[in-house]
Amino acid sequence: MSHQNNQAEMIKEISGVNPYKCMKCGKCTATCPAFDEMDIKPHQFVSYVQSGNVQALAESKSLWKCLSCFACVERCPRDVQPGRIIDAARQIVVRQRGGNYLTADEIPALLDEELPQQLLVSAYRRYKR
Amino acid sequence: MQRIGVFVCHCGSNIAATVDVKKVVEMVLLEPGVVHAEDYQYMCSEAGQAKIGAAIADKKLTGIVVCSCSPRMHEATFRKCAERYGLNPYMVEIANIREHCSWIHKDMQEATEKAVILARAAIAKVNLNAPLQAGESRVTKRALVIGGGIAGIQTALDIADAGYEVDIVEKTPSIGGRMSQLDKTFPTLDCSACILTPKMVDAAGHPNINIYTYSEVEKVSGFVGDFTVDIRKKARSVDATKCTGCGVCQEKCPSKKTPSEFNRGLGNRSAIYTPFAQAIPNVPVIDREACLKFKTGKCGVCEKVCQAGAIDYAQQDEIITEKYGAIVVATGFDTIKLDQYDEYAYNQSKDVITSLELERIMNAAGPTKGHLERLSDGKAPKEIVFVQCVGSRCSDDRGKPYCSKICCMYTAKHAMLIRDKYPDVNVTVFYIDVRTPGKNFDEFYRRAVEEYGVNYIKGQVGKVAPQPDGSLLVQASDLLDNKQIKMKADMVVLATAIEPNQGVRNIATMLTASIDTNNFLTEAHPKLRPVESPTAGVFLSGVCQGPKDIPETVAQAGAAAVKVIGLLAKDKLTTNPCTAKPDELLCNGCGNCAKVCPYGAITYEVRQVNDHGIREDRRLANVNSALCQGCGACTVTCPSGAMDLQGFSNRQLIAEVDAICR
Repeated sequence: MSHQNNQAEMIKEISGVNPYKCMKCGKCTATCPAFDEMDIKPHQFVSYVQSGNVQALAESKSLWKCLSCFACVERCPRDVQPGRIIDAARQIVVRQRGGNYLTADEIPALLDEELPQQLLVSAYRRYKR
Repeated sequence: MQRIGVFVCHCGSNIAATVDVKKVVEMVLLEPGVVHAEDYQYMCSEAGQAKIGAAIADKKLTGIVVCSCSPRMHEATFRKCAERYGLNPYMVEIANIREHCSWIHKDMQEATEKAVILARAAIAKVNLNAPLQAGESRVTKRALVIGGGIAGIQTALDIADAGYEVDIVEKTPSIGGRMSQLDKTFPTLDCSACILTPKMVDAAGHPNINIYTYSEVEKVSGFVGDFTVDIRKKARSVDATKCTGCGVCQEKCPSKKTPSEFNRGLGNRSAIYTPFAQAIPNVPVIDREACLKFKTGKCGVCEKVCQAGAIDYAQQDEIITEKYGAIVVATGFDTIKLDQYDEYAYNQSKDVITSLELERIMNAAGPTKGHLERLSDGKAPKEIVFVQCVGSRCSDDRGKPYCSKICCMYTAKHAMLIRDKYPDVNVTVFYIDVRTPGKNFDEFYRRAVEEYGVNYIKGQVGKVAPQPDGSLLVQASDLLDNKQIKMKADMVVLATAIEPNQGVRNIATMLTASIDTNNFLTEAHPKLRPVESPTAGVFLSGVCQGPKDIPETVAQAGAAAVKVIGLLAKDKLTTNPCTAKPDELLCNGCGNCAKVCPYGAITYEVRQVNDHGIREDRRLANVNSALCQGCGACTVTCPSGAMDLQGFSNRQLIAEVDAICR
């Protein structure tokens, strides 16, 4: 459990998200274009981090179904940014698999079909700013 | 040297249980200037005050320190006591050994030590105190109410009924405000106009009320009891003394394409117009931007048809200057702009409307004569979606961080009225929370759900997409069922956040009344002085202070009126003598103090001074003590140390600090 709590803290740190700002309005879930394919829904990402249930999030299909379109981030009236939580959860999973930060120069050589596309899209959105 | 008496209060056990009061008495007797010290169980009681009185007489005291509760609690009590026994009230200082000491400490020795230190600081200050005389200023027995909605009307009626004259300044051509645009009112569903228009008539016919419509406050000077206000009475282009209100000019006017402000742009009005049929005064105005006569010089139809000869194209704006003792702000609210909410397609579809627009559609005198119909094609809607919290409770920059308070109730009202009148129409409400505190409010909402079959869904709408067939595709969440809903609707109604009316910031600046980040006027105390502005003589009524419904607005309007009446009933006002005072020999005329003064109390003038025998003209700061509230901003800004606050001089404050640090 404490490991899970650590991971929840890590998600908060990586994403910069304060899940307690969420007032459960459902705007993220109402907006999400990938909703139908998700097992855990966008508003639940936030609840799962709140309750420290990160393992379920890490094992979810949603992690790789999220398009990183960031519509939920744009529309969230409380600036909670559920998309960033998914983003952070992906990073944690990838790190556990032994992945780590790369420089841009290293990427072309490493590109392969197994690498989840979302990870790249999300990374570009993140670091483009 | 002062002769100081120190009175240590036990406050029952509030102080005495934590502070050794006998020890405090013993210690303060060692302080310079202290000739008397004693403790008592309740110093504020009749017997306690008598002890103070006896000591003043017996020991010929010139100053008093009371070690007791916060000065907010009993400073006034002990000042009055001192005055009664012949001592200047400003020779009294309070050492707060309750809130600042006994209540927050546990260790008796430490608390006692701190109580002694606090007493020492107060003693050091009293040693430098000088008697101050409170001044007097006169009271003009007339009130100004800015805004002619239900808040302003009610405040004016209550003040006028008490026998004082009131002027209402309303910027639109008629009084009535937002409430005149509403159809029915919750939770009783009585007709808004039926309860408002009699009040409008009462206000217009009241011998003590004078109404300036189509007018705006332009300049305010002066202070509590003695404000001078310039009111711009905009040119109506119609002579109100001649006009009979027959309405022929409006019928015959050829320019009829201006969106009606009253109907929220859902219908058009003529260039010469009254906003609505029950307008008060029933005298039209010419909108010079839309009038052909003013635009092209050709037309003049209204002048030709007016039997009374009331049309006056040459009329000019008029400035009226009037004096007031009190000013009430009742400027009301508007709905926020929805330009940043693309997802609701408000700008793309005529069938996406705000709730206030729905009020006009539902109103028998509105653009559709009260028929519920789509504005795009005039068809009757079968599926209506309401979205709550549009722009409310948003911490991003698109909306407002606060709850607009009235939306849950008016949405339930709209849903219920539609289901009642058109039972075949499906009504769905998307909500985040339903908030219905208030008498008979929750029962009202439950009736909408249980009796009228309104479908409430916990979730927000993410997207409204106009479809080629004219319908609207609504994509939303249903959080309780963990679903995403896609449904077709014929009409979408947005419970749009409310915000203070535009221009309130300008009015607040003129009045030097403070305003918060959301443009709501700030009250003097959020609980205990909710209808007073921190600026003396300025009072708040209605939504300009914060979101509220009609009953709350009327209650607050009455409360503001009582405060005004309490002020106007006085012949003279006592002014606080703890005001800023410049030392003319030190003042270098830099002007910084005038810049930081929030009350406009400081002006500059050229005066002759005698500086050690040298006579010369210098530019000097001048404080109007009636305006000064004693905040001290000028004293800390003054680079030469010329500005001092009487009763809180720099020397006194330093002496206190020295006493604490000794």
